[in-house]
Amino acid sequence: MLGQLPILSAITFLPALGAVAILLLRALMRSEERAVLDRNAKGIALFVTLFVFALSLLMLVEFDAGQAGFQFVESLPWLPALGISYKMGVDGISVLFVVLTAFLLPICILSSWKLDKRVADYMAAFLLLETLVIGVFCALDMFLFYIFFEGSLIPMFLIIGVWGGQNRIYAAFKFFLYTFLGSVLMLAAMIVMFTQVGTTDIEVLLAHPFARDLQTWLWLAFFASFAVKMPMWPVHTWLPDAHVQAPTAGSVILAGILLKLGGYGFLRFSIPMFPNASEFFAPMVFILSIIAIVVTSLIAFRQTDIKKLIAYSSVAHMGFVTLGIFTMTELGVQGAIFQMLSHGVISAALFLCIGVIYDRFHTREISFYGGLVHKMPVYAAVFGLFAMANVGLPGTSGFIGEIMTMTGAFQVDPRVAAGAALGVIFSAVYMLVAYKKVVFGVVTNPKLEAATDLNAREWINLGVLAVLAVYFGFFSTPITDTTRASVDQLIQHYQSAQTVEAPAADAAPAETAAH
Amino acid sequence: MTVSTLLADLQLLTPELVLAVGAMALLLIGVYTKGEEKAAQRIMTLATALLILAAGLSVWMAQGPGGTAFHGAFVLDSFAMYAKTAVYLAGAVALVLAGHYLRTEQLARFEFPVLVTLAVLGMSFMVSANDLITLYLGLELQSLALYVLAAFNRDSLRASEAGLKYFVLGALSSGLLLYGSSLVYGFSGSTSFDAIAVAAAEGSQNLGLLFGLVFVVAGLAFKVSAAPFHMWTPDVYEGAPTPVAAFFATAPKLAAMVLLARVLMEPFGPMTEQWQQVTMVMAVLSMAFGSFGALMQSNIKRLMGYSSIGNMGYVLVGLSAGTALGLWSVLFYMTLYVIGVAGAFAVILSMRRSEGMVERIEDLSGLSQTRPALAWSMTALMFSIGGMPFMIGFFGKLFVFYAAVQAGLIWLVILAVIFSTISIAYYLRVIKVIWFDEPTGDFLPAPTGAAIISRLAALIAVSMPVVGIIIALVVNAGAGIGG
Repeated sequence: MLGQLPILSAITFLPALGAVAILLLRALMRSEERAVLDRNAKGIALFVTLFVFALSLLMLVEFDAGQAGFQFVESLPWLPALGISYKMGVDGISVLFVVLTAFLLPICILSSWKLDKRVADYMAAFLLLETLVIGVFCALDMFLFYIFFEGSLIPMFLIIGVWGGQNRIYAAFKFFLYTFLGSVLMLAAMIVMFTQVGTTDIEVLLAHPFARDLQTWLWLAFFASFAVKMPMWPVHTWLPDAHVQAPTAGSVILAGILLKLGGYGFLRFSIPMFPNASEFFAPMVFILSIIAIVVTSLIAFRQTDIKKLIAYSSVAHMGFVTLGIFTMTELGVQGAIFQMLSHGVISAALFLCIGVIYDRFHTREISFYGGLVHKMPVYAAVFGLFAMANVGLPGTSGFIGEIMTMTGAFQVDPRVAAGAALGVIFSAVYMLVAYKKVVFGVVTNPKLEAATDLNAREWINLGVLAVLAVYFGFFSTPITDTTRASVDQLIQHYQSAQTVEAPAADAAPAETAAH
Repeated sequence: MTVSTLLADLQLLTPELVLAVGAMALLLIGVYTKGEEKAAQRIMTLATALLILAAGLSVWMAQGPGGTAFHGAFVLDSFAMYAKTAVYLAGAVALVLAGHYLRTEQLARFEFPVLVTLAVLGMSFMVSANDLITLYLGLELQSLALYVLAAFNRDSLRASEAGLKYFVLGALSSGLLLYGSSLVYGFSGSTSFDAIAVAAAEGSQNLGLLFGLVFVVAGLAFKVSAAPFHMWTPDVYEGAPTPVAAFFATAPKLAAMVLLARVLMEPFGPMTEQWQQVTMVMAVLSMAFGSFGALMQSNIKRLMGYSSIGNMGYVLVGLSAGTALGLWSVLFYMTLYVIGVAGAFAVILSMRRSEGMVERIEDLSGLSQTRPALAWSMTALMFSIGGMPFMIGFFGKLFVFYAAVQAGLIWLVILAVIFSTISIAYYLRVIKVIWFDEPTGDFLPAPTGAAIISRLAALIAVSMPVVGIIIALVVNAGAGIGG
């Protein structure tokens, strides 16, 4: 049924249409009618995002998980002079990210329901962001990918800068310039690839064997972009600033979706297109990942700002993702994708949890709180659940992702798995200590006396996320089955590239034979 | 020369003739119309119509085969026709933007549109130059009109300074150009581009020709404000009346860049390896001066001045490729740049408070709350000029970089992408002021012309599908030369 309909384009561009509708509505309304406009903007945004989510579910139902290649492919010639075509499609690796994005957006809109500062612009920015992010996951043309990838900076820059906290301008600039510098190097690499192959079609590029020394340079250029986006240690410093300053919904998007762009980029470009370079650099990535896991966990432990703590914990969790991806074992890669999706749910929920208390008390200082369990028992329970999920407690989705990546890492090198395991312990330490300080104990701060528990809107948001976090903690197969075929193909391709390339480099086989 | 060949030659010059005769007629009408204000208004309208008519004529002539006139001194190929249409339209846009400003600033004199028309006529000859003499005549006609325009607000110290500065430096560059031309003539034996190309192909190691080439390039680099010949740009942009700066930033830039491209690709095409080094150095310097210089500016017109220096650097990256692809990328980039800058200046011309025009970046504070439509337009335009994806400006950069990589200039491209990160920072600053800062006061409603042009340019800036059309036009236009 969906074969003929451009469902991916619909999912991608409907939010942008919604944004245009909101802006047009504002242009048509007088400034006195702001309250009406705000209400309408929220309504439009919620309706559009929910509709897009429904469409994405429909797509997921129609998606054939047994097939490794791209599905729902749409292709139109666009700029032949630059080799660019408008080509969209999803495979097992990307399809769930599209659904995750479409799922988190309505939650973001709902969580900002009480916003009263420049609502129309806010909703338009979020809808534009949805278009751009979904576009990244659907694009099957290299430059098209870049356009969406880089374009997503614009709405996020505005979201942090306009609706953010005290130090928002610094954070917005840092976020933008860090990621922009990484990305332009990727652009240069893409142009080189285009001149080499003569096309920007990702499907063709996936099959193109690049020369070994060229691969090294291209890999590094792409790494510059994805490592910043990921973010990997030591280029992660933009993330805590951006998270702390961003409004709650901005943090949800940032942690839930934007951080996944880097991991997705590794899986879509770096590994399949530059397999030899990926193998060469894998030890470096392992080391950086372990440093990220251990160091940022320790940094997180020292944080007094709860949002910053979660931000550093995100960096640590993304360390597991890069670790899993570069093991290039089925378990590792599957685990990395699982970890990304699970982190998308859990970190989004944690930022929402922080948003709940921030909305009430307007501070993120851990020392301000204490004893919330007496005042907000439901909140304490929900927050506790997500804190545990973040630690990787068995029975939550966080556990599955971590255990899979670590097992994958163990198959490659036990030392790497041991390093990563340290991070699991540390994460339990900082998370539980922070949770204890905020939730348990006696209420010492008189300002907390008036605390009210979750309202219906917060209930819906957190409840849905909680169900997912627990469900996928017990039943991981819906996710792993969807991704398996594509991941298998990715690994096969990677391994065959290693063997095909082996005769070219004479030293390698001789050495292994000698052992 | 028989009458019939003369007529055939003149036919190729139809738009130029219309402009030349029209400008004289406008002058007469202006002199004989009573009341300065009324004359100015009438001439403004007529001149705009004249430029649009000329644009229409050149579009119409693009259907024909083109050819050369006056023994090869003047050439009308697809390249020239494209550039002419763009220049005429840019001139018309500048006049539309100028009308309201000149009236409210008590500068409405009928000479303004006439001077713009004459400058455009000069540019029209520049882009069709196929001979060093035509080149110089066109360039001087354009420059002389622009010197006067820069100092048009003669009671303003800054405008007079801008005019004088532009004149002195412009005269210097003309001198360099003439000196270079005389060397080229001396060593090739001809002023005709075709003959120079033959001489260049025969003796590409010819030192005299090389010297001449460098001086000619230096002279033209002044006109496109490429570093290290860029010093006048920020001062003139700041000092000249805003609509004049808007005009400077669009049509003359386009004409001079097209002329530079033609000179390098046609007569000196065989010496690509020699001039490539010069344009590469200029490209890197322009990008560096443009991006670092703009970071600390507080005046939006100065910012646009530095931005234009930087952008010329990117164009020169494409030109350095020295291939047909490079030529296309130059035309393409310039087209997108002119659209973006025209829109940005339309926004700047909308920055009017009850106490008069303002031009500090801070004056845009909170624009997103006071004038949302203007704010969204400026945001789109700044991102487009900065080459941010999702805006058409990105494709300009992409095309330029692609041409350079194709020609093996990968290091130039890596430098260029790094400079583009630095330059995005100052466009971001404008956007930060518009969006993040609290309003300090409202602007008066924007004049109709500026409002329409800023919105239209912003709309084009976000319409990615348009890119395909422009590329098709550019490729068609560039097919004429270089090869």
